[in-house]
Amino acid sequence: MMAVIVLWTVLSLRNKYFLTGDNIQNIMLQMAIQGVIGVGAVVVILTGGIDLSVGSVVGIVNILLATLITAGHMPISVGILLVVLLATGFGLINGILVFDLKLPPFIATLGTMTILRGATLLISKGSNVFGLPRAISAFAQDKFLGMPYLFCVLIVVTVVVEFILRRTNFGRYVYALGSNPEAARLSGVNTRLVTYGTYMLAGLLGGVAGSMETARLWMGVPTTGTTYELDAIAVAVLGGASLMGAEGNAYGAFIGALLMTTIYNGAVILGIDANYTKVFVGAVLVITVAVDQLRKRRSGQ
Amino acid sequence: MVQMVDICKEYPGVRALDKVNFRVRKGEIRALIGENGAGKSTLMKILTGAESPTSGEIFLDGHPIDRMTPAISERLGIACVYQNLFLAEHLTVAENVWMGCFPSRLGLVSKKRLVEKTRKVLAEIGYQEVIDPSDRVKDLTASQQGMVAIVRAISRDARVVIFDEPTAVLAEREVEELFRVIRLLQQKHLAVIYISHRLEEIFEVCGTITVLKDGRYAGDAVTAGTTEPELIAMMVGRELTGSHHDPTRKIGGELLRAEHITNERLNDCSITVREGEIVGIYGLVGAGRTEFSRALFGGDPITGGTIAIRGEVVALKNPRRAIDRGISLVPEDRRRHGLALQLSVKHNLNLPVYRKNGRLGFVRRKIEREISDRYIRQMSIRTPSADQKVKNLSGGNQQKVVLGKWLANQSRVFIMDEPTNGIDVGAKEEIYSLINQLAQTGSGIICISSYMPELMGLCDRIVVMNNGRTVANVDRTDFQEAHLLRLAIQSADAERVSEK
Repeated sequence: MMAVIVLWTVLSLRNKYFLTGDNIQNIMLQMAIQGVIGVGAVVVILTGGIDLSVGSVVGIVNILLATLITAGHMPISVGILLVVLLATGFGLINGILVFDLKLPPFIATLGTMTILRGATLLISKGSNVFGLPRAISAFAQDKFLGMPYLFCVLIVVTVVVEFILRRTNFGRYVYALGSNPEAARLSGVNTRLVTYGTYMLAGLLGGVAGSMETARLWMGVPTTGTTYELDAIAVAVLGGASLMGAEGNAYGAFIGALLMTTIYNGAVILGIDANYTKVFVGAVLVITVAVDQLRKRRSGQ
Repeated sequence: MVQMVDICKEYPGVRALDKVNFRVRKGEIRALIGENGAGKSTLMKILTGAESPTSGEIFLDGHPIDRMTPAISERLGIACVYQNLFLAEHLTVAENVWMGCFPSRLGLVSKKRLVEKTRKVLAEIGYQEVIDPSDRVKDLTASQQGMVAIVRAISRDARVVIFDEPTAVLAEREVEELFRVIRLLQQKHLAVIYISHRLEEIFEVCGTITVLKDGRYAGDAVTAGTTEPELIAMMVGRELTGSHHDPTRKIGGELLRAEHITNERLNDCSITVREGEIVGIYGLVGAGRTEFSRALFGGDPITGGTIAIRGEVVALKNPRRAIDRGISLVPEDRRRHGLALQLSVKHNLNLPVYRKNGRLGFVRRKIEREISDRYIRQMSIRTPSADQKVKNLSGGNQQKVVLGKWLANQSRVFIMDEPTNGIDVGAKEEIYSLINQLAQTGSGIICISSYMPELMGLCDRIVVMNNGRTVANVDRTDFQEAHLLRLAIQSADAERVSEK
């Protein structure tokens, strides 16, 4: 949060365009999708797991949704419902691979990531899907109280997931599983259901993000979502999540997404080479986590 | 050859070794025996440099050694063969033997030379035909792996070889083979230190014996001039540090009855516990006590036997079933199995009961808060607030959090595995009185401990375990240290005799 405030202050002083309504709406739009999958990543990371498949979920959802609506003549709402359900199913598969087959989460989701990307390319035969109705792209452009709809989705997702983590049994179990899976099991936590639940929630949010991506692109692009999984993890970690589990929250992912988008946006405004921006984002990620580790070690002593 | 004089070792709050004297000569095979926690392992760790003594001196060939580290110890020719051997399973025999000091030229290891040199050392114990230097260690049998560890020791010109429970994983025939090699080492004028719980092995292979008791030197003996009962008498005979037994408790109906429990690690184990009763489980390390407790709790699967709760046979497929039936487990390693350390006291106390107290999956925070406040007060858990992370509490208070969570669950059977492990003296007393309070209110307690006086002071009955089975059920009137220890040690011999 501190980092965001500092960045915003510096950027608004350096460039008067930064704090205009247009640019803020721009940031909101850019961070929405990363934020949603970041929130999903946090839930999985809290249990000590990781989900690399979310970028491919975004990709396959984008292609399927576009195909269903154009070639399948399916109503938009039914299509979205269907693909989000499907994405949740992909999450369940991840959960089964991790819990029942005891695959390391990294490997399990690396597998589903590759499979889903391949399936996406097969379904689309490698070419873009055009001809989506205007209503879809309108959703990406329209605003509510000055906020783009996509950003509103992010707000809702953050609030709902934060609520789930804080106020439900499931949320309590997610943290317990991340802190000590054996203690959780010996305390009567149904660790199977909790594991399924976290990966399904991440899958569901991947489905939502994929639908948002479809609205934003106004077409189906078979390669979309590539490396989104890494953005999602970066967003979660920037927001204070620990890959060791049991630390972090949905609100943190929101801030993480805001921070990352601000850096990209600021770089564009200041006219910095996009390649430098990547270097900078990577550095910020490493520094943030290093500072956090140092702080923890201090307070531990 | 090796002489250890007045060795003391103190850990915070515990004196593990108190002025222990120990010596072993060239060509001698000396047994080091004592009950659990007598200080055998600590003494050997000091000799190998893994731990440094608080005070005391070590002499090698009459020269004082003022600093001992694992590296110095190895250079001086002290080698250890552990019960679970530290070998790199995927590497070859030759690589394992020379690991850490490869015979190299300019940093290059010649495979041929490595194999040749290994074959030469293998020949020293007559194994050149049995083990090939290029075999992978994981393809060898347990006893052959043990031989690799011995060869490794010889290859470094070891002069003192320590065997720490070497026969735990070996079959009868392999034990004979091990003894042959040990005698071979003796003929080569090496000094051998042999640690084992199995007294009959000691009578077979050792010449002299040193007995430790509660971190003190309890005496030396010559094998030819002593008997098993004499040795057991030396190992026990401690003063009972105050009885915690409460004779006013009323014993009620049967709560839990487990019969003929069998699984991978257990063989025909039975136990019962009634309302208001405290039952101890005693056994040496590795007797299967923890495995039994986990099986009773549904934490590990069982392949045979029945568990009945209040007379009704139940299938405890997982801990959840057991918890719902009012069984609870206070695990031996509370940090690994009992607590979510990064989470708050409140969160930990409520963990088993979120299911029960939630509404439609939502946490009712008022109840959550009430429960944590109630049990923090009732257990007098010293914590600045209910939101404090458990990892910041002391060991005693962490243990109270584990107990508190089961009280919150209204459990009636408490299985406690080493409940006072790593807890300071004052907190121990608190745990004892809590156990008594629980029993007084009609709960049944199963208490596992390696420390016999603790069980004798606390329990109504003690079930003795040995080698994965329950071998005796001793009433309080028959509590006698020597008797219990004999049951824990000797039945292993009886079994091995019967296998012959």
